[in-house]
Amino acid sequence: MEFFRYLGANTRESFTKLGRGSYFLIGMLAGISSVLVRPHLILKQMHSVGVLSFLIIFISGLFVGMVLGLQGFYILSRFGAEETLGVMVAASLVRELGPVVSALLFAGRAGSALTAEIGLMKATEQLSGMEMMAIDPIKRIISPRFLAGFLSMPLLAALFSAVGIMGGQIVGCGLLGVDDGAYWSQMNAAIDFQKDIINGVIKSLVFGFITTWIALFEGYDAVPTAEGVSRATTRTVVNSAFSILGLDFILTALMFGDN
Amino acid sequence: MDNRGHHPNQNSLVSVHNLTFSRGEKKIFDNISLEFERGKITAIMGPSGTGKTTLLKLIGGQLFPENGNIMVNGRDVHHLKRDELYTLRKRMGMLFQSGALLTGMNVYDNVAFPLREHTHLPESMIRSLVLMKLEAVGLRGARDLMPNELSGGMARRVALARAIALDPMMIMYDEPFTGQDPISMGALVLLIKSLNTTLGLTSIIVSHDVYETAAIADYIYVLSEGKVVGQGTPQEIKESSSEWVQQFMNGAADGPVHFHYPAKEKYMDDLLHCDKSLFSRKRLFGEKPAKRRRYS
Ligand SMILES: Nc1ncnc2c1ncn2[C@@H]1O[C@H](COP(=O)(O)OP(=O)(O)O)[C@@H](O)[C@H]1O
Ligand SMILES: [Mg+2]
Repeated sequence: MEFFRYLGANTRESFTKLGRGSYFLIGMLAGISSVLVRPHLILKQMHSVGVLSFLIIFISGLFVGMVLGLQGFYILSRFGAEETLGVMVAASLVRELGPVVSALLFAGRAGSALTAEIGLMKATEQLSGMEMMAIDPIKRIISPRFLAGFLSMPLLAALFSAVGIMGGQIVGCGLLGVDDGAYWSQMNAAIDFQKDIINGVIKSLVFGFITTWIALFEGYDAVPTAEGVSRATTRTVVNSAFSILGLDFILTALMFGDN
Repeated sequence: MDNRGHHPNQNSLVSVHNLTFSRGEKKIFDNISLEFERGKITAIMGPSGTGKTTLLKLIGGQLFPENGNIMVNGRDVHHLKRDELYTLRKRMGMLFQSGALLTGMNVYDNVAFPLREHTHLPESMIRSLVLMKLEAVGLRGARDLMPNELSGGMARRVALARAIALDPMMIMYDEPFTGQDPISMGALVLLIKSLNTTLGLTSIIVSHDVYETAAIADYIYVLSEGKVVGQGTPQEIKESSSEWVQQFMNGAADGPVHFHYPAKEKYMDDLLHCDKSLFSRKRLFGEKPAKRRRYS
């Protein structure tokens, strides 16, 4: 009996939260038009959300690419197909690892920071104060951050993939002796712009949307105390990770499922 | 005595009629009526937790009453469309207890913020306005500091400069004196008084600092447990025959307001009726820590 009560209360709580989240999303999207006429607001946020995530994305991309180069080489060389290392590295990065890993890193680096920032603004009455100054905090604070996150994500994913491909080349061609020309030309021939690149970009747009939305909403919905903000930050990272991985499966099935 | 609490006054800028508001089970306001006269300083006094901040949020339209209405400058705050409410709010300054300065920008930008958001004035004009407002609160020299570099009193003065940036018709002060040292307290008292006279503002001060408030208020309401328990000029309040008002004004620990928060059980019963789970095996031998509700 206790269990069902718990289950019911939890389900109800989840649904009301989903409702609040959707309401928040509508407000946030409606605020975008007023942000577009003030692009400096977006640029400022793109700096703190995007540019400051640059280093972690760069370094992680490099190492992931290097590991792919190593692992790919050992497997492919068993079949004498090490010339196709470039294809393997590029396809894994552009289709999957680029969007997914960079989104996970983005949630940890930028998403948590957004939640903490908004949550603290709420706890210190800055949002309330803005409302009393007749300034809508959703329009002024939330929408620019949303746009910045949404637009930064594909750029960061592209950076991740590009650096990863170089990392694969450093290991594959530099250390393991795969032919440089074959690495690039095989990749060039096999990677399809529509199927691989565009689909990867779509994925990262979806992940950028969902991660930034979760991060901003958790901050805005946080209990305005130190503990509340810390819990909200944790929830951002956990829920973003689940959403990214779950959506990735669905998107992959839709995009690449028919062959 | 006075009948302002019961009949809407022609001179009122803000009038609260038969307001009822609850938080959960607890009735914060139980059918109260208040009048705030134009150009005057009206104080709301009462112990912490009586709902003073809540009252200001109700007047600002951030909370909705269960019953009754609040008129500001002849308009019913809670029946306005969103943009009408925002237009009205531009003319209502509010000074939060914490100052609520935007921590991401310096003092200058904080004061310039409402001007930049609401006007299309050129930057040179904004600069003059900001410097004027900062000069009025005595902090023109602090324009480059960040909010975390300000003392509590300075932060409140910056917030005050920001609140008067749009030349509002009224300002609501939430506990302006709490936690201030005697010098900045004195400075704030003078500042509130002089702003009121020079700018012709209507001021609402919410406070539990009896002496400072009584020194500048034109009219005082004393609230307790959701009711107005006393009202009048500072002189009338001081001479009030109400036991309650006397307790509050003189700071006696016990009286009509009890020192103890109401408890369900008697003290003795409470002590004797110990929680058995305190001595359970789990507690004593630490078999299993209490399960956390959720990990995320
Ligand atoms: N967000 C909230 N949720 C639930 N109860 C609240 C909230 N804010 C304030 N309260 C309760 O309302 C009462 C009045 O609070 P408040 O207006 O802050 O008092 P004051 O400013 O007079 O100290 C308090 O008992 C407080 O516990
Ligand atoms: Mg308060």
